[in-house]
Parts: sequence; structure tokens; C-alpha cells
Amino acid sequence: MSDLEYDDELIAGILERTETIAMVGASSNWVRPSHFAMKYLQSKGYRVIPVNPREAGSQLLGETVYADLAAIPDQFQMVDIFRNSKAAGGIADEAAAIKDKGIEFIWMQLGVRNDEAASRAEVAGLNVIMDRCPKIEYGRLYGELSWSGVNSRIISAKRPRIMQRRRNG
Amino acid sequence: MADRGKHQTGFGFETRAIHAGARPEPVTGARNTPIYQTSSYVFEDAEHAADLFNLSRFGFIYSRLTNPTVSVLEERVASLENGRAAVAAASGHAAQFLTFFTLLEPGDEFVASRNLYGGSMTQFGLSFKKLGWTCHFVDGTDPENFRRAITPKTKALFLEVLANPGGIIIDLEKVVEIGKDAGIPVIVDNTMASPYLHQPLEWGADIVIHSTTKYLSGHGTSMGGVVVESGKFDWTQGGKFPSMTEPEPSYHGLTFYETFGDFGFTTKARAVALRDFGPVQSPMNAFMTITGIETLHLRMERHVANAQVVAEYLEGHEKVAWVSYAGLQSSPYRELAQKYLPKGPGAVFNFGLKGGYEAGVHVVETVELFSHLANVGDTRSLIIHPASTTHRQLSPEQQIAAGAGPDVIRLSVGLESVEDLLRDLDQALG
Ligand SMILES: Cc1ncc(COP(=O)(O)O)c(C=O)c1O
Repeated sequence: MSDLEYDDELIAGILERTETIAMVGASSNWVRPSHFAMKYLQSKGYRVIPVNPREAGSQLLGETVYADLAAIPDQFQMVDIFRNSKAAGGIADEAAAIKDKGIEFIWMQLGVRNDEAASRAEVAGLNVIMDRCPKIEYGRLYGELSWSGVNSRIISAKRPRIMQRRRNG
Repeated sequence: MADRGKHQTGFGFETRAIHAGARPEPVTGARNTPIYQTSSYVFEDAEHAADLFNLSRFGFIYSRLTNPTVSVLEERVASLENGRAAVAAASGHAAQFLTFFTLLEPGDEFVASRNLYGGSMTQFGLSFKKLGWTCHFVDGTDPENFRRAITPKTKALFLEVLANPGGIIIDLEKVVEIGKDAGIPVIVDNTMASPYLHQPLEWGADIVIHSTTKYLSGHGTSMGGVVVESGKFDWTQGGKFPSMTEPEPSYHGLTFYETFGDFGFTTKARAVALRDFGPVQSPMNAFMTITGIETLHLRMERHVANAQVVAEYLEGHEKVAWVSYAGLQSSPYRELAQKYLPKGPGAVFNFGLKGGYEAGVHVVETVELFSHLANVGDTRSLIIHPASTTHRQLSPEQQIAAGAGPDVIRLSVGLESVEDLLRDLDQALG
């Protein structure tokens, strides 16, 4: 993970406001990280719409795969990018151009970072997170990652409410 | 959504020693961490089970992999070392095994400082050899010796900054520089210092190992070990670490570094080495160790304060030839101690008796309050005469090379009233 720092409140706010995620680079190969993340986020109640030109039109984990963001007929709040840093720039620009689909957040995955594209997207009014995984951040903020010995950096003496699925997703 | 706690930035060491990893139990509200004395965990359905086995979601399967009491210990030590993640093991030696099994392939090498706990020298030099791993031992007091021993097959550098048995301090920053130049991780056994006195990751080390048997559990009750990763090492460099960057056959070709990123090393150590060799820490021992850690800061302060008084007393005693404690003005390591261990250079050290072997045996047999045994880092003060016990099998030359000559006594200074410790040593020295 790079030296980028994001406040927990910012990350949590994004995860709480988001209902639908367009996942660019979602793979039907079930041992790929994108497949893990899609399945995990679905289990937490998010709708995840896969975007992958090579698999466009097929079904993936109960959703239709689209060739690009513009082809998605529904509204979505987050674009989660599983592509290299260079390609991520183009996708962020694409998202900014169609932000009336409800897009508020660009999220680039672990190891993916494109500072110029991030600045352009921010000028266009989008919030950008880079070099993080929403699955890992969700697990960290809500306690599941601690089960694997990860330092969640969370301290609290409050009694947690029992983990619920967010919605009946 | 469940409640979140606050980010720990800004929380001090003492707060984290008490709270990190341990929120109240959500179902019952139990404030202390329950001892989850269970081997296994019920699945929600077949899909949930499959996802857990494939590592595609987080959760408990079987306590050879994860256990909720043990994971509190893991997160707590990761927090105290300012690391990204940790995996616990049955002992310090098991933690070392998990680390090297995850790093090395048969035929690989690593370089270790010779100023190590003797048991680590045996593990690295003899038992690891049978697995096809070669350890080159060097005199770490000159860090350049690490560089000289590196070959294309070298995959790691290993050292104790505050070395057991005490008195010697290795210049970690210089070793870190050498590790960076070679593109290999620097591993520090931080057992003797504990994270209260020294935090190797802050100086650029990549992995920290503890025998939690010592100061972390702190009361001589529980065996245990922990491996902590910084999350900052780039495992792709030089193609040296296929176990991190190549598909893992026992997980359908999953690649650990790509999938788990900055906690990929401990995840691999758990998912493969711990799963397949099985040296897990028991929930009971994890509970004892978590409880011990809650007072680590208080105990370490008193350990080093008492050690300083005892070392100064011995240095002034007419029957004592020398005292090797980095807190003494006379120590050649005093400057390095102030740099790396500003709160005190631990509480385990050696001293030499003018009377040699006979005098050594006499002292360990005559003390009343010091316990004659082979351990360190207990609330109780401990004493041993290595030449007649732990190093008895070695020749006199080997004993001297190992810092265990006939005149050497090792102390682990405990938390008793320091006047009582001095009186006991006084009557034993005669
Ligand atoms: C510095 C150091 N490292 C490792 C170990 C081995 O740990 P364990 O006895 O928990 O296997 C010890 C034990 O004495 C030690 O002192």
C-alpha cells in the first residue's frame, strides 16, 4: 500500500452512501481478486454491476456484464476499477463524462494509482480513492479483517451491534 | 451496518496495549476477551463454507487457521509494533518456522547475526539444513558482515537488535540499508526488547518475530510466538519470492500478494504454513498473553529500572570480573542503546565471576530468591549458569565463542523489591 492516507470517516461515508457499484475489470475467473471482491460486496448487500468488454452480454454472479460504463442502463454511485494505473485514468475520465448516472465515487483498487486522472475527476466533482480495496476496507472498518490478525486501527469500548447484512441483498 | 469504532491514530501505546483488537463481545457484552475454546465453527450454508475455504470472504472455519481469542492477540501485537498484520504460533520457534517456510524454497539461503538466542542458532544451523535452507551466521556487531555474506540465493537478513543474552546491540538502520540494497526483507526477533522498548518496523525492518513466552505474556505462564509484517515490502522485486507472487496450487492458483496486498505475507503464512504444519497457539495461552500485554508498559519500566540497579551493584562487587549490560557507562553499546532503546536496554544480561566455573555453580545453587531455570522475561528474577546447563554439551572453546564461558552467569531481572534482589546476590556471592 502506498503512502496515500484516507480518513476512516471518509471511507466509511463512501461505503455507507453507496448502494450500487460498477466494477470495471470484473472477472468470471473465480480465483481472481475482482471475483472475490464482487461476491463479497454482494454478500454485504451492495448491487455490483460487472463491466468487462471481453465478457459483455454474459451473466456473472447473477448480473449482466456490460462492455463499458456508458452501456449500463441503471444508476450507480461508485466505479470500482480493477485495471492497471494507466487504463484507470481513461475509465475515470469516462465516469466523469457520464456522472449524471448518479456517479459520486471513483475507487481504484490496491496497487492502482493515477494522480492526474484523480485530479481531473475531482475537478469534475467526484470523490476519488486510490490503492485501496473496498472489500478490505469494509472488512477492516466493520471488524471482519481483524479475524485474520490485521491491524484494523480501530479502538473502541462500545458494544458493537451484531453484524447484519446491509439490506436483503 | 454494525457500529464502527474510532481510528486509532492518536491513541498511545498504553491504550493500545489494553484495547487493540479487543472490543466488547457483541452477543453478550462480555468486556474481557472470551476464551473461545472451540476447534471449529458452524457454516451458514454450503456457499458460505466454500467461500471461506477459498479465502474469498472472512470468517472462522477451524482453529488450526484462526480462532477469535488468538486473533485478538494477533491484532494487538500488530498494533503495538505498528505493523499491518500478524499471525500467532505455538511458540517463538514455531513463529520463526512459519516465517522461513513462507519465504524460502529448498536451496535458498539467509544471513543471521551470530548474536542470537542459542535455540535459534540450533534451529537455523541444524534443523533448517535438513529442509534445504542454509543459514550463514555472521558477527552482526559489524553490519557490513551481512552484506559480505549475501549471495544470489539469499532471501532474508535476521537479527536480534537487543540480543539474547543481552548486552549487545546491533545497528539496525545499517542492516536495513543492506537489506534494501539487496531487495530482501530484514527480520528482527524483538523478544528481548518487547515493543515497549524497541519497535523495529519504525527503523525500516520488514518483519518482526516474538517469542511471546517472554515479556509479552510476562508471567512465565504461556508459550507462544507471533509474526508481524510491516506491509511495506515489495514482494515482486527480483522474482525472488515465488510463494508470494506465483499462483498457489493448494488454493486453485490464487496469488497471495496480488489478492491480499500488504497483509499477503501473514495471510500466506497462516493459510499454508500454519494450515499444513499446524503449530497453532491455543486460545488459553492467547488469553493469558493478551492479559499480560495489558500491563507490558508498567512491567517493562520496572524491569529495566531493576536491571540497571542490579547491573550497577554487580559492577562494583569485588568478586565480579565484568558485567555486560548496555545501560552501564562502561558498555561499548551504550550509544546504540540510547538510539534504539531509549527507555532502557532490557533486563537480561550476563556477568562474569572471577572464581570461574566453581564460583558460577556455587552462586546458582546458593541464591534463594532468583529461580534457577532456563527462561527469561518473567515477573520472577531468573538465574542460570550456561556452562553447566544449556551449553554443557559444547567444548570449552565453543562455550566461550557462544558467550557461555565457564565464568558466565545470566540474569533475567524480575519485578521483586530490588533491595531483596541485591541482598540475595550479596549472600550468594559471599
Ligand atoms: C530471543 C528469543 N527468540 C526466540 C526464542 C524462542 O522462543 P520459544 O521458546 O517461545 O519457542 C527465545 C526463547 O528463549 C528467545 O529468547
